[in-house]
Amino acid sequence: MNRRMPEDVLIEALSTGDLVPESPSRAAVLPRPEGAPRAASEARPHPIVRDDSEGALLEVAVGPHHPSTHGVFRMDVVLDGERVVRLKPVFGYLHRNHEKLGEGGAYLAAMPYTDRLDYFCSLTNNWAYALAVERLAGIEVPERAEYIRVITAELTRVLNHACLIGFLLQELGSMGTPIMYAFREREKILELVEALTGSRMMCNYMRFGGCRCDLPSGWIEACREVVEAVPRFLDQFENLLSTNEILMARTQGIGALSAELAVQAGVTGPMLRASGVNYDLRKVDRYGVYDRFEFGVPLGAHGDVYDRYMIRMLEMRESVRILQQALRAVPAGPIINPKARLRGFKPPAGEVYGRIEAPKGELGFYLISDGSANPYRYRIRPPSFINLTILEDMCRGATLQDTVVILGAVDIVMGEVDR
Amino acid sequence: MSLGSGILKGLVETARNFVGSYYDPARLVTIQYPDERRALPEKARSFPMLVYDGENPEKGLRCVACKICEKECPPQCIYIVLDRDEKGRPRRRPRVFDLDISVCMSCQICVEVCPFDSIKMNTEFELSTADRFGALLLHKMDLARPASYYLGLHPVEAGQVNARLAAGPGHAETKAKPAAAAPAAGTTSEAGDAGSDRT
Amino acid sequence: MTGAPRAQTEPVETLEQIKSRIEAAIPGLGLEIQCNGAVPGQASLVVPPARALEAARFLRDDPQLALDYCSNVSGVDWLDRVVEEHARVTRVMDGQERVFDECRERRVPGHLEAVYHLYSMRLRHGPVILRQRTVNRVDQARVASLTPVWRSAEFQEREAYDLFGIVFEGHPDLRRILMWDEYRDYPMRKDYVEPDDYEYEPTPHDDLREKARRHYPIEADA
Repeated sequence: MNRRMPEDVLIEALSTGDLVPESPSRAAVLPRPEGAPRAASEARPHPIVRDDSEGALLEVAVGPHHPSTHGVFRMDVVLDGERVVRLKPVFGYLHRNHEKLGEGGAYLAAMPYTDRLDYFCSLTNNWAYALAVERLAGIEVPERAEYIRVITAELTRVLNHACLIGFLLQELGSMGTPIMYAFREREKILELVEALTGSRMMCNYMRFGGCRCDLPSGWIEACREVVEAVPRFLDQFENLLSTNEILMARTQGIGALSAELAVQAGVTGPMLRASGVNYDLRKVDRYGVYDRFEFGVPLGAHGDVYDRYMIRMLEMRESVRILQQALRAVPAGPIINPKARLRGFKPPAGEVYGRIEAPKGELGFYLISDGSANPYRYRIRPPSFINLTILEDMCRGATLQDTVVILGAVDIVMGEVDR
Repeated sequence: MSLGSGILKGLVETARNFVGSYYDPARLVTIQYPDERRALPEKARSFPMLVYDGENPEKGLRCVACKICEKECPPQCIYIVLDRDEKGRPRRRPRVFDLDISVCMSCQICVEVCPFDSIKMNTEFELSTADRFGALLLHKMDLARPASYYLGLHPVEAGQVNARLAAGPGHAETKAKPAAAAPAAGTTSEAGDAGSDRT
Repeated sequence: MTGAPRAQTEPVETLEQIKSRIEAAIPGLGLEIQCNGAVPGQASLVVPPARALEAARFLRDDPQLALDYCSNVSGVDWLDRVVEEHARVTRVMDGQERVFDECRERRVPGHLEAVYHLYSMRLRHGPVILRQRTVNRVDQARVASLTPVWRSAEFQEREAYDLFGIVFEGHPDLRRILMWDEYRDYPMRKDYVEPDDYEYEPTPHDDLREKARRHYPIEADA
């Protein structure tokens, strides 16, 4: 079962799952030049460890009860002093078998469960699922609903990126200041979301064919006020953080990820773009009405943690651009396709894979329908789960505190990783 | 790197926040709960409630025990038993209507599918109790609220429901059509839930 | 209204063309196309597990396709099914030829499937969908692992192994990922029976109530 494939070099880079070897040969880890991309044709990515002193490698479980692991997440790290030799992510503590719950009920019944996947960004999860079902059943969505979807998705993106930077700084030891500034912005957006959907986090807002309910009166003006305040917040946030020497020293050159490895490992979202790959689903798939808005896609040059942080800052600014354009142009019209049915919805037999650019990466839903009211197979493609594939590669040779920082920049949320 | 100019810039930022927290409303974001409370928006929702018309909750309950909400509820937290008279004929009332709020996830699907406007969302959230099982299982009388209470909580939505019900029975269809086809004036609209299909 | 939901940018070639090119490049590889009733643009290629690795390498390295990004790997469980087939049959009866409608029942054995959704980041097209099928669900549930070709399949194949029991041969580290290591069953299979160790659930629903009652006393209510 664990047969090694002799030919492919990438397999050589993967650990075999057995942890501490009996008498390892060790060395100081070779320092890697900053930002040097790792060619896929390298024979062996790292000499692991080789040195002359005695002593064993130390195996430590970081987590699952840990303030810095973004939820119930465990990393089994094998340490040589402070340096990581091997790292195995272990999760499943929050596994609720969401995919089976989705099969057990109707299509609509799965919608509130999608809120609980990436619980920070429930509106984008709803949209991804609604998009997949609409593609399956061939349902059209009215323009007003598409605009509202874009507005809520971009608000969610601002919310998510701000909080993620807050969490990253928290793990760097900033003890609460940036995270509280980010949460202040989040609070404003959550109030908007509550006025629109009734609930701050578990929105259950999208329906197949549109949105559940229309904008309350005064919502667009309130949203515009919040959006106008975001660039000022971002300027202050950047003043606080971007040139901070401690942040730069602790994040530049750490956790570098080459573009080839990122594409190979299926990494998506800001992490991929920080490695320089220009792949943003809003531009590639042009789902919804994104092709009507002008916005840029920031790309990083080094693929390290600092780049991921900067990409998220820049993406927030791009989101503000989209929001300003969208809020000016929301058309009147129905909020849901009149032919859409709440009860007794039976899409035709077949399958579909629908995906969107969620704030954390590519969130996809793979649905197989057998013509009945319940899905036959309901599969979620979670971005956080797949972005964790190369966690070990990024952390090998780094110190333990860098591991925490690298994990923070990957942006995982356990509801999505474990489902 | 230069001598901490970035850190100094950051300290200016925090100083601005610190000093501003004494007078600037944008910095004073803390609400001193429970002395102050935030006003909840119109659409806020916590757990369901059953609406009754008039004074008597038993007689005025709008629910007819059609069991659609029980069927559509994703976590299956509702349990309904239909009331029957002495001859065994069904009365259009529930004898038992249990809702387990430890299971309920406030998704509001029961409200959307109810054809009789009888189950609506309440906004009470101060429900902590020491009894983890019994006190979180609400029965019919715990859930019943008068229509005036519903009007107070969600004025816009309740106004539309009352208008529809005043138009007489058999107008359940009209709930779906005007709402779905309503071309909202400008960019805002007063429409509540729209597009829900009554089948 | 906007038009029907736009499909992703599909590759310039159709699936049939891709299939014939693979078969020309890798002789002896028999592929099938499985149509998709709901979304015609997302038909899939069924590839035999024995040669799946070669086909996958072709798809990744071919300059026209350049499918360098494996977006999604999922397992699917198909139970044993009875399929009714209707056929018009001509038979001779009483010296005359007559046409009958015959209905035959065919037992299709169940199998497990691993479905791969492939996209190209370089050429920005996709998806090309690959399927690998196992022989049965019981003792021959093995397919080839495509982790050597696309690293993103590593965790996802582990999940398909964990939840369905599909064994991916050639996977570098095949162990359970979401369930704990000593767990014995495969939760996502259609015939999975949940363990009966519920915490007390006061929700008085039918079979849940019966299960809870076996473990805890429940007060009878109205």
